[in-house]
Amino acid sequence: MNNHSTPAPLRPEDDSGAGSSRDLVLGRLRAALGDQRPAPAEVPRAYQGPAGAGDAHRLAENLADYHATVHHCSTGGIAAVIDRLLAGRAAVVPPGLPEGWLPPGATVLRDDGHLTHAQIAAKDVVITAAAVAIAATGTIVLDASLDQGRRVLTLLPDVHVCIVHTDQVVASVPDAIARLEPGRPLTWISGPSATSDIELDRVEGVHGPRTLHVLLVT
Amino acid sequence: MTFLGMPARAPRGVGHLRGDQPFPAAAREALANSQLRRNVGHATTTIRGKSAAVIGELPDWQQLREAGSAIKADVMARLPELLKQLEARVTEAGGVVHWAADANEANAIVTSLVRATGSDRVIKVKSMATQEIGLNEALEAAGIAAVETDLAELIVQLGRDKPSHILVPAIHRNRAEIREIFLRAMPGVDPALTDEPRVLAAAARRYLRETFLSTKVAVSGANFAIAETGTLAVVESEGNGRMCLTLPDTLITVMGIEKVLPTWQDLEVFLQLLPRSSTGERMNPYTTMWTGVTPGDGPQEFHLVLLDNGRSAVLADSVGRQALHCIRCSACLNVCPVYERTGGHAYGSVYPGPIGAVLSPQLTGIEDNASLPYASSLCGACFDACPVKINIPELLVHLRNQAPHPAAERAAMAAAAYTMDHPKLYAAAQRAAKLARIAGRRGQGLPRPLSGWTAARDLPELPKETFRQWWAKR
Ligand code: SF4
Repeated sequence: MNNHSTPAPLRPEDDSGAGSSRDLVLGRLRAALGDQRPAPAEVPRAYQGPAGAGDAHRLAENLADYHATVHHCSTGGIAAVIDRLLAGRAAVVPPGLPEGWLPPGATVLRDDGHLTHAQIAAKDVVITAAAVAIAATGTIVLDASLDQGRRVLTLLPDVHVCIVHTDQVVASVPDAIARLEPGRPLTWISGPSATSDIELDRVEGVHGPRTLHVLLVT
Repeated sequence: MTFLGMPARAPRGVGHLRGDQPFPAAAREALANSQLRRNVGHATTTIRGKSAAVIGELPDWQQLREAGSAIKADVMARLPELLKQLEARVTEAGGVVHWAADANEANAIVTSLVRATGSDRVIKVKSMATQEIGLNEALEAAGIAAVETDLAELIVQLGRDKPSHILVPAIHRNRAEIREIFLRAMPGVDPALTDEPRVLAAAARRYLRETFLSTKVAVSGANFAIAETGTLAVVESEGNGRMCLTLPDTLITVMGIEKVLPTWQDLEVFLQLLPRSSTGERMNPYTTMWTGVTPGDGPQEFHLVLLDNGRSAVLADSVGRQALHCIRCSACLNVCPVYERTGGHAYGSVYPGPIGAVLSPQLTGIEDNASLPYASSLCGACFDACPVKINIPELLVHLRNQAPHPAAERAAMAAAAYTMDHPKLYAAAQRAAKLARIAGRRGQGLPRPLSGWTAARDLPELPKETFRQWWAKR
């Protein structure tokens, strides 16, 4: 026995072999909680859970409240609305955006996964679909599916045109959480980029797209 | 020596949890600055109104608060297990998890990670945790420039200033002051810059765009981390967060260990509580969620630094630990009469306002922030406003009992804070305290609410000076 050695650390078996700071922090936390661990609390979930389909009008109202521009159209009318919004400007689109949504003759760069940031930033407009939209908050969520693309696509162009089908509209945040897949990169968007850092005045457009158009398609 | 397994406070000499002077002295300076008081008053009033309106839209707000509070209590009870689960999920998804016992270690980890990339510059999205540990200073000492990308943080950084509010760090600056700071310190700024908020924001956009596109490493904090899935979430407004979380090759996230949530479903609670009580929006403009590394999308190298820095010591106090439930919404600041008069700087720590008054002393040990638990009138507004129902008044009283002050001083500080909550009493208190001494009896005849203090045995021992004299001398 060697009385001069430092005391053996409190090292539960399952953490052995890991870095010492990990052991240190976990050991501290166990010591902090003590032997009489507080019983894990039952979480009362008496709040409103998923409510299903959302009201497209409410979504439109809340989008408009945060200064997104909402357009209503039918599936067949998407290309015409986009044509008007592009007004001759070039757009970048994700790999899986349906060809039929694009107006004939539009200048469109399709992302094959190899576009550089500079190439994406050089386009004025990005056109995408969405994964889900939340009526109660006026939020659209992108999940990087092929018709929405990687996250950088919707970040650098100054105008984002997002196509939402009314069957993608859910009532509330719990609905969206239930529908989304956590493993995917997710971007929740509620209106254009904004700041209230100067005297609490909301100013649209700092670093993300300064203009957000949402096409609500029935 | 520190024995493994003993909860530890945040070390001295690093980071921003301790002020240069005690609260009463710092508050006195702030009280003399009427511009500051106007700016802060305008901002807090505005946010309070917006927040009340959108909270009123949710009939189940109280049930959401109950759930949020219970989820956080559950997190604290199972913190070691949840962190190990988070670590496993993040690692499986291609991230690398680091553990930092304190600020020094976290700074060293981040510095060496940045060095390994060969970059001498990082872009940063607002993060309380990295301010707490003084990461920018540590990086600078290592020759690495840290560029703050939030508009407010940029204003603070260019103005060589300190943040004064959790959510709106430049709340103490008005548009004219911001214009001056930009003209003075922003390279390449248009000399014809006006003080229109839109114009100022556009100047920041131009200034930072090139930096976003050319910087290879970003440092972020995290609002939430899901143990079940390994998913991290950052909630923001301007899009600078998305830039930092998407464009660079390497992302380093520094997260206080208390931010972990058990399940994906828990986000449905916090994504309703946070924006409405924070910015007073139904939802903040942008929220980014990512899980480890996604091939072909976003940073291909992801590091998560789990930070203790005193949190284990907070956890060890069964009453005090509820301060770790905080989701940094800043609602308690916006309703606090003392904060409204002093602004954030007076609290000395990166965590100002009511939550700062109970969190900072626990992270550092009460002896290093002994006056902060007195920076309150115990009016209870913070408790009512808190989306996760942290009983801040209870914590304040709990900490006051531990604060090493002479009884008379404690009573005087507490009474001073109380009078700040009741402006008319400010003057009355002066006379009342004098009367009490003249009467030679235990505060008899004091007007309400100071009469409440007559119950406190301390009152007759008040210093032989008026509140204002006392306040002025602090
Ligand atoms: S203590 Fe509560 S109200 Fe204050 S910032 Fe934290 S969560 Fe918000």
